[in-house]
Amino acid sequence: MFDALSERLERVAGRLRSRGRISPADLDEALAEIRTALLDADVELGVARHFVEAVRERCSGEVLAKSLTPGQQVIKAVHEQLIDALGGEALRLTYASRPPTVVLLAGLQGSGKTTAAAKLGRWWKQQGRNPLLVGADLQRPAAVDQLRVLGASAQVSVFSQPGDPVTTAVAGVEEARRLGRDVCIIDTAGRLTIDDALMDEVRRISARTEPHYTFLVIDAMTGQDAVATARAFHQTLALDGVILSKLDSDARGGAALSVKEVVGAPIVFASTGEKLGDLDLFHPDRMADRILGMGDMLTLIEQAERTMDQDVVARSADKLFSGRFTLDDFLEQLHQVQKMGSLGGILRLMPGMSKEIRQAADQIDDGQVSRVEAIVRSMTPTERADPAVVDGSRRVRIARGSGTSTQEVNQLLKQFKEMQKMMRGMGPAAQGGAPGGRLGRLAAARGLGGASAEDSLAEMLAGRAPAAPRTEAPRPPAGSKGRGGRNKKKGGRVTPPKGR
Amino acid sequence: MIALWIAVGVLVVLGLSATIVSQRRRPRRGAPSVTAPARAEPARAAPAGREEPKGALPEAAPEPPIAPPALRERLGRTRGLFAPLRALGGRADVAAAFEAAEEALLRADVGVETTDALLAELRRTQAHRDGAAGLLGALSEQLVAVFAENPDRALRFDNEPGVVNVWLFVGVNGVGKTTTIGKVALARRTEGRSVLLAAADTFRAAATDQLALWAERAGTEIVRGAEGGDPSSVVFDAVQRAKARGNDLVLADTAGRLHTKVNLVEELRKIRRVADREPGRVTEVLLVLDATTGQNALAQARQFTEAVGVTGVVLTKLDGTAKGGVVIPIERQLGLPVKLVGVGEGTGDLLAFDPGSFVDALVGL
Repeated sequence: MFDALSERLERVAGRLRSRGRISPADLDEALAEIRTALLDADVELGVARHFVEAVRERCSGEVLAKSLTPGQQVIKAVHEQLIDALGGEALRLTYASRPPTVVLLAGLQGSGKTTAAAKLGRWWKQQGRNPLLVGADLQRPAAVDQLRVLGASAQVSVFSQPGDPVTTAVAGVEEARRLGRDVCIIDTAGRLTIDDALMDEVRRISARTEPHYTFLVIDAMTGQDAVATARAFHQTLALDGVILSKLDSDARGGAALSVKEVVGAPIVFASTGEKLGDLDLFHPDRMADRILGMGDMLTLIEQAERTMDQDVVARSADKLFSGRFTLDDFLEQLHQVQKMGSLGGILRLMPGMSKEIRQAADQIDDGQVSRVEAIVRSMTPTERADPAVVDGSRRVRIARGSGTSTQEVNQLLKQFKEMQKMMRGMGPAAQGGAPGGRLGRLAAARGLGGASAEDSLAEMLAGRAPAAPRTEAPRPPAGSKGRGGRNKKKGGRVTPPKGR
Repeated sequence: MIALWIAVGVLVVLGLSATIVSQRRRPRRGAPSVTAPARAEPARAAPAGREEPKGALPEAAPEPPIAPPALRERLGRTRGLFAPLRALGGRADVAAAFEAAEEALLRADVGVETTDALLAELRRTQAHRDGAAGLLGALSEQLVAVFAENPDRALRFDNEPGVVNVWLFVGVNGVGKTTTIGKVALARRTEGRSVLLAAADTFRAAATDQLALWAERAGTEIVRGAEGGDPSSVVFDAVQRAKARGNDLVLADTAGRLHTKVNLVEELRKIRRVADREPGRVTEVLLVLDATTGQNALAQARQFTEAVGVTGVVLTKLDGTAKGGVVIPIERQLGLPVKLVGVGEGTGDLLAFDPGSFVDALVGL
């Protein structure tokens, strides 16, 4: 997503970079390019105009004149403006003093409310809460069934009853109170903003259940209409925030920008995949990084903290950097990573990834992971500990045992060797960056995701040709220092205060 | 410490993705075989008894439109994007008029490239001679001309005896595929076709139940698969069953999938291949697009067409405030005709696409 936007900006920057000075005409051209890029990304027209003007202000002649790299200066201005436009601070979720905290979801048909409800249920469960899902979408055939199935796999119970949506919602909140649930998520039917009867219905649901949070679920692929929709829902319901769905598409998600700008409600969550775990708090600064092709390492770190078994990982890390990393460790590691969500989704969050790699991320099928697993499991302990002993006949046996081909076995062994080599090179760098708290860790992690890893991977992807043609990797404008400072200001992730 | 173990995790991902990518690049050996699973239970749906054998229909007769074009009234409720341009009147400043036109087109999701091209053409033909009204008139003619490039909007149906027509419905998540199929089924039943529904969306929870409810409304049979099962096998079973029972049209619902997910698009290719096997014949692959979608719809159209050869577009949710202007670049650049439009949740709210009404509603004449 946002790919074309960052690519275009890169192109503009490339042109500007080659010049020592930027004339007003150059700047105009660059800004026109930015406007087109924004419109292509479905940013609402008025918002795009405003954005371009704000960037122009940030790039006043003086600032550009002083800078040695005016091109970078423009990019930096765009980046800063993106962060501002996307919402500045993240919403801090708090909980009602008298539970349950009621959360109402609304949106157009097909925006992803039901899925978002289940994902939210799972998210809160992971936060140590005890949520209840309320199915008040009695309109779409089988919507409640869908919620029940999703709820079951998220292990969150679902309440619904036939009849009137308003009474159902009220009864749901009542049920949550009776059961002592502390969060109650109400899924409502999709509705058009011009359908007065249905808008009135959702207003009544809101009035009767008095939600603490009202979220609009909006499809990241929405076009210019996003603003009209958000505005109408805001007028009816007074939105507290927005959930951006289907962000794993290649949509550039201009809707995110527009909605924030026009309604003022921050984007709270973003859904980035079909798995129930693919929902994250939305962080404007990270999103801006992502727009400019800088990856999203912080989200990755948080996902890892939440899901990985630290002991297991620490053990393999020791082994890895001491060069005793075996295929068994690889497998164990793989399972840890899989817990974080789909592999493709994780790879997308990596900073500094080139286009080829992001495309590769799209192709990762979690089913193929099991093929890899099958191959490793068909090896004897000796072979796993020392893959070098695997000769021709062993390969045939392993392929037969795992139901794969010898080519696939070869491939795996080769990649494993490459990986070992790559990691040995990484070791000292990572260890050097480890002390120094969060920022140090972040810097270390960023360094890892940087050029060397990408180069090796690009070579691996290209196979024979080591010098694969690749797009110029976008680099952060202000280095890790400026980025660290920002992260510090933001104060890390939103951890809901307990006991309120 | 944390950096260490994240590094490990990330590098494993990197290594693995490289493995997978290189595996993908190797040519596949042998086509995947499809076996008919025993799990497709007999249709639990409703009174499917009234399947009159049809009389001799004219060869390759075009399907009659689903309903008279009432599009304009249905779209009348949306806000007038071109009102500012119209308000400029006859003595409008040329620059202002073009700016208003540009703004309106962009706000209708027509997109920068197409808007620029349309306006350049209008400038060339001096369309602004007669003021804003002249510009508006010329613009709508131009839009109608875009649609005229793809005149064939009839739904294709093969009357050859023994052939089971398969209409495949594809699209990203949440655009309204299942609802559209329900409406199409009902319309075809009303016309006297014997329709069979294939619930090949085995991914989304309860999607099959949703389709089953539509099957009940339309009085058609439905072939279901197990949740999480192989969608191709459901389509295969549906074609076989249709052949056995003398149904001439199978409407296949597929799971919503983002066009960027290579493995899911691959799955769709397979569904299409299987549906095309004797006696099945895929006569329509309809891409369902949500009118609220912006420029991403172009990417969807392009990639679904590349994967499964889309033959037409169904534009849904046109009863909202969105104008669905993105179909203009889709028609213009990809030559894909819009065939149906969805204008509501009611059973009859699916209309044949009529370019004139669409343009009128867009421009607000």
